[in-house]
Amino acid sequence: MPILSAPSHPLSDDEVSRIRNDFPLLSTELNGRPLVYLDSGATSQNPVSVMEAEQEYYEQRNAAVHRGAHSLAVEATDAYENARTLVASFIGASPEEIVFTSNATEALNLVAYSLSNASLGLGGEAARPYALGPGDSIVVTEMEHHANLIPWQELAARTGATLRFIPVDDDGALRLEEAASVIDGSTRLLAFTHASNVLGTINPVAELVSLARKVGALTVLDACQSVPHLPVNVADLDVDFVAFSGHKMLGPTGIGALYGRSKHLHAMPPFLTGGSMITTVTLERAEYLPPPARFEAGTQRISQAVALGSAVNYLAETGMDRIEEWERILGERLVSGLEAIEGIRVLGPRAGQPRIGLAAFDVDGVHAHDVGQYLDSRGIAVRVGHHCAQPLHRRLGLTASTRASTYLYNTTDEVDAFLAAVAEVRSFFGASA
Amino acid sequence: MSSELESLYQQIILDHAKRRVGQGPTDPSSGADSLATGESHQLNPICGDEVTLRVWLEDSRIERVAWQGAGCAISMASASVLTELVSGSTRDEMMEQLDRFRELMRSRGTVEPDEEVLGDAAAFAGVSRFPARVKCAMLAWVALEEAVLAANR
Ligand SMILES: Cc1ncc(COP(=O)(O)O)c(C=O)c1O
Repeated sequence: MPILSAPSHPLSDDEVSRIRNDFPLLSTELNGRPLVYLDSGATSQNPVSVMEAEQEYYEQRNAAVHRGAHSLAVEATDAYENARTLVASFIGASPEEIVFTSNATEALNLVAYSLSNASLGLGGEAARPYALGPGDSIVVTEMEHHANLIPWQELAARTGATLRFIPVDDDGALRLEEAASVIDGSTRLLAFTHASNVLGTINPVAELVSLARKVGALTVLDACQSVPHLPVNVADLDVDFVAFSGHKMLGPTGIGALYGRSKHLHAMPPFLTGGSMITTVTLERAEYLPPPARFEAGTQRISQAVALGSAVNYLAETGMDRIEEWERILGERLVSGLEAIEGIRVLGPRAGQPRIGLAAFDVDGVHAHDVGQYLDSRGIAVRVGHHCAQPLHRRLGLTASTRASTYLYNTTDEVDAFLAAVAEVRSFFGASA
Repeated sequence: MSSELESLYQQIILDHAKRRVGQGPTDPSSGADSLATGESHQLNPICGDEVTLRVWLEDSRIERVAWQGAGCAISMASASVLTELVSGSTRDEMMEQLDRFRELMRSRGTVEPDEEVLGDAAAFAGVSRFPARVKCAMLAWVALEEAVLAANR
C-alpha cells in the first residue's frame, strides 16, 4: 500500500461534507440535535476505511507477529510492518525509527524509563552517555500536558537531576528570551509540545532545538496535537524523539508511536522486557534485539497498528497541507467569533496569530462544566476541565476552561452553530447584565 | 430550550449558585469556642471543583455551617442549599437528609424526591439523570458528612 498523493486545491465546505460521509458517527444525534463534534483534540472519530481495516485484519490475517511458521503469521507480520512503514513515511522517518506504543503517554514514558535504566548503569557502554544524575537538568515548558511533565518529574526524582521550566507569558507564548538561560550546560534533555492542547499555539521548534543542540541536550517533541493536524517531518524538525497517539489522528485507541533517532534507539536500554525483544536468553541474563523490536516487548497491538496505517493513508490522501489550511480557517473563525462575544476570554494567541484549529476559553461568571453542559444540550460536544494541563491553567489564573477543537471533518457551519450557542450561555446562567 | 437542561438547572439551583448561603470563613475561630467543630476539604479531581466546609455542633445539633469553594453551578448551589437545610437539624436528622439525597442522586431519575425531608435540595432530582454531574451535587454533602464525623471525634 503506497501512500497516495492528495489533490492540490484547498478543502472547502463542499468537500468536507463529502468527507463527513466517511465518518458514521458524525451523522448521529446528540440530545436530539445533529451532533456537532468539536472535541477531536481529545479523540478523533474514525472513517469507515479505518474500522474496516481492523475488521479485515481479524477476518483474514489474525496471528501473532514475528512468531510461528504458518503463512498466517507471515501475513500478520507483513501487515504490522507495512503499518510501521506507512507511519514512518507519514512523518519522514525510516521504519526502524518507529516504535509502536499504546499511546503518546507510553511513548514518553518509554524514553523516560529507558534513560532511567541507563542511569542505573543498564545497557552497558553504549548507554552510558544517556545516564542522568545530580547536577544534570531536564527542561520542560509551563504549557505541557501532564503526559509530557510527570514522566520527567519522575525521571528527575529517580536520578537526582533537577527539573526546570521555560515560562509562558500572559498570552501563553513561551518566553524564548528566558529559555536561553533555563537551558544551560547542565541540561541533558529538553521536552516540549509542538502544538499546545490548551492554547493552540505552535511552538518554535527550530529555536528550541538549536538551544538544546548548543548544550548537547536530547530533544523530545510531544506531537499529539501536530502530527494529526499539520504536515510533520522529523528530519526537518531535527528532534531526537517524537511522540503521538493514533486515536487523535483518525485511528483507534490503544495505538501510538514513538519516533526515535536511530543512533539513540540503538544505544538505549529497553523499557519493557519479555518476549519478542530478545536474541539469546539464559537463566541469568538476556541479549536484546536491535530497535524497534527492542522496545516492543510482548505481543503487540497488531490490529490497531494496521488500522493506524489505514488512518495515515486517509490523511495522506486528503493532504496534510490542505488539512492544516482548512483547520487554520476554522481556528481563525473560532477565535475571532469567540473574541466578539461579551464575557469570553480566549486563552492563547489573539485572532490573526498562528494557531491550530483549537480554542480554549473562559466564560465570565459561568464555570466550564456548566458551559459544556449547556453546549451538550444543543448537540455540541466540547471538552471542559483542565485538559490535563493543571500547571498551565494555574499560570493563567484558572482551574478549568472550555475547549473546542476541530478536525478535517468540521464545517464552518458547525463553528457558527457553536459560536451561536456560546453567545447564549451567560444569559442562561444569569451571568450577563 | 431543552427541558432536560431545565430539569438540571432548576431556577432554585441557579439562584443558590449565586446566593451561596454559608459561603464565608471556615477557620475554627469564626465560631463560638464552646461548640464542637470539624472541617473537611473535598476535591473532584476530574473537574477541579473544590469545597472546604466546617460545621459547629452544640450537643448533637448543627448550629452553623460555613464553606468556601470554587466550582460549577451544581456544586456551589448544592453547598448553599445544604447550608440552609441542615442548619438547626440534629445530627440524626442530617444523616437522614444525607441518605435521602444520596439515594436520589444514585437513582438515575427513578426516585421521586421527598420534599418534606429534602426541602430545596429536592430541586437536584434532575441531576441524577446526568451521571457525570452527580459528583458535583454530592461534593458538599460528602464534606458535611466528614466534617460532622470530625467534630464528634
Ligand atoms: C499535547 C498532548 N500530549 C499528550 C497527550 C496524551 O495523549 P494520550 O492520552 O493519547 O497518551 C495529549 C492528549 O490528551 C495531548 O493533547
